[in-house]
Amino acid sequence: MPVWLDDVLWTYQTLIHSLGINGLLALSMYVVLAVGQLSLGQAAFMGLGAYTGALLSLHTGLPFALVLAGSALVPALAAALIGLPTLRLTGVYLAIATIGLGEVLRVVYVNAEITGGALGLSGIRDRTDSWMILALLGAALAGCFLVGRSRFGRAMEAMRSDQTAAAVIGINLPAYHLGALLASAALAGLAGALSAHSSTFISPNEYAFENAVTILSFAILGGTGSPLGPVIGALVLTALPELLRPLHDFRGVFNGLIIVLVVLFLPRGLLPWRMKRLGGAP
Amino acid sequence: MTEHPISIILAKYLPGSVRLLSVTLSRADGVRIPHRRRPAVVREARWSGSGRSRQSPGLPLAVHLRTLRSMFAQQLANGLVLGATYALFALGFTLMFGVLKVLNLTYGFYFTAGALVALAACRTLGLSIWLALPLGMLAAGVLAVIIDTALLTPLRRARAPELSSLMVTLGAVLLLYSLLSMGLGTEIRRFPIGTLPGAALTFGEVRLGAAQILIVVTTAIMVIGLWLLLSRTRLGLALRAVAENEDAARLMAINVPRTEMLASLLSGLLAGAAGVLIGLNQNAIQPYMGEFMMLRGFAVIIIGGLGDVRGAVAAGLLLGVAEVMAAGYIDSMVKDGVAFTLMVLVLWLKPSGLLGRARVTRA
Repeated sequence: MPVWLDDVLWTYQTLIHSLGINGLLALSMYVVLAVGQLSLGQAAFMGLGAYTGALLSLHTGLPFALVLAGSALVPALAAALIGLPTLRLTGVYLAIATIGLGEVLRVVYVNAEITGGALGLSGIRDRTDSWMILALLGAALAGCFLVGRSRFGRAMEAMRSDQTAAAVIGINLPAYHLGALLASAALAGLAGALSAHSSTFISPNEYAFENAVTILSFAILGGTGSPLGPVIGALVLTALPELLRPLHDFRGVFNGLIIVLVVLFLPRGLLPWRMKRLGGAP
Repeated sequence: MTEHPISIILAKYLPGSVRLLSVTLSRADGVRIPHRRRPAVVREARWSGSGRSRQSPGLPLAVHLRTLRSMFAQQLANGLVLGATYALFALGFTLMFGVLKVLNLTYGFYFTAGALVALAACRTLGLSIWLALPLGMLAAGVLAVIIDTALLTPLRRARAPELSSLMVTLGAVLLLYSLLSMGLGTEIRRFPIGTLPGAALTFGEVRLGAAQILIVVTTAIMVIGLWLLLSRTRLGLALRAVAENEDAARLMAINVPRTEMLASLLSGLLAGAAGVLIGLNQNAIQPYMGEFMMLRGFAVIIIGGLGDVRGAVAAGLLLGVAEVMAAGYIDSMVKDGVAFTLMVLVLWLKPSGLLGRARVTRA
């Protein structure tokens, strides 16, 4: 590895960590949007992963890989609890149930002793490094591309453009919806555990509703035609407030405006590519 | 209501009953309150009470039972009042979803806007609450129509997927709240003293304040008014027709855009009314109060069935009572989880809502 690259990684470590983590979160949102559903619980799943990872690291001597696996598993279980009943219904139900999940988890974090109450948990050992985060992001991205090019990917594309038609040709919609939601929750949980270890402390407010909206804005800005879109959206929206300080104070206004404008005027996002063109499979 | 209801009621209405307090808090039927969650008044009362070691030696059982019963009656009344606010709030939300087929997340913002406009009318213009209430409602209604026309009508016309509309309102809600809290700050504002008469009515063992009575009466009027509108007028018929099937309604020469605008206006009026009344009752108004209500609103419209007006009223009352009872008889911390638990239960057991008919699919 060239020395300058190592220097860059070291100097911009915090930024690179948050770019990678937000990229993972954007992918987790993409996975749900790709089957035509909307989850507003990405921040909640991230929080579950973060608390699971932090507690495992603080109270057990498990290797980091197992901690990450646990942090992906717990949010997936929560996703199954609310996904199983809602995914047979229209998308609105999942959206509402995931908002509710986020809020109820916040109440639990604030009130439970083990999660450290409103102060959260601190003193989590930093067990991440830039390469690990970027490699996980790359693996997730590659996974999304591979799935996208497979039979599953074509089924997902079919149900995204027309649910009824997809159901008629024999695609088991609820199974795909549930699979996507579980994968998405696991990815968000993974990102949460990484961010908890990278920042060494967590508190309940980091996983509030506003963060779920921010995660959605990554995916919407980038467009959901290909997994690359949301990741680029995340890169832009993470780097911009860092570069333009004034933007930082107006982040809520800015992210909200982006969602409104993109949905109204660019319904397919900044990068309206289809998977076919990149992947080659018809 | 941040302090513990039972303890407050006991401390307020049974002054000097220190022995009774310590018994009720620690022993009596099923009432368990962890010591650290008890309000300071009660804690002090208990520690300074002479009966710390020998608890209530001479009190007959009947006294306990009567206290518990009157406490239950008061709890039930409090729950119904809280439920009435939830019902009032969810009424417009579910009407909007039923007619417009959009989950409009900016609905909570209309609630805040109603409360803030009424507050400004009371504080700055010095109007009485009887003028401020309709003014707040009207402001919220107009805001609802503006937002719907600017954001949702274009998407409806383009026949965009349901989730696009949801996302637009999601972005709008973040935008609006950020702007509002930047402009006004997030501190808590209050109605001037004397906005409502301070008197309280007592029905047997139950006591209701002026704001609570106003909430119950207004909710009743709005529910009946909405029911009359929907069932007895041509406008109501048009609203129901559009809710049932927009294309068929258009073929029946119903002016669909005008009907949709009416639905927005009505739901904005209802949200504004709820905002003013709940603002009066809690007397703590701040920009994010609508967000808090939205979480309850979601639960209520799911429990009652999406788009079901009768269901929203029933579910609102049920949730209010359930929350107050959970806070009173289990733990005040449990209160915030009740809405979500009921919602998930309904989703598992009867996703069409409490009063809903079974349907195979809603796609």
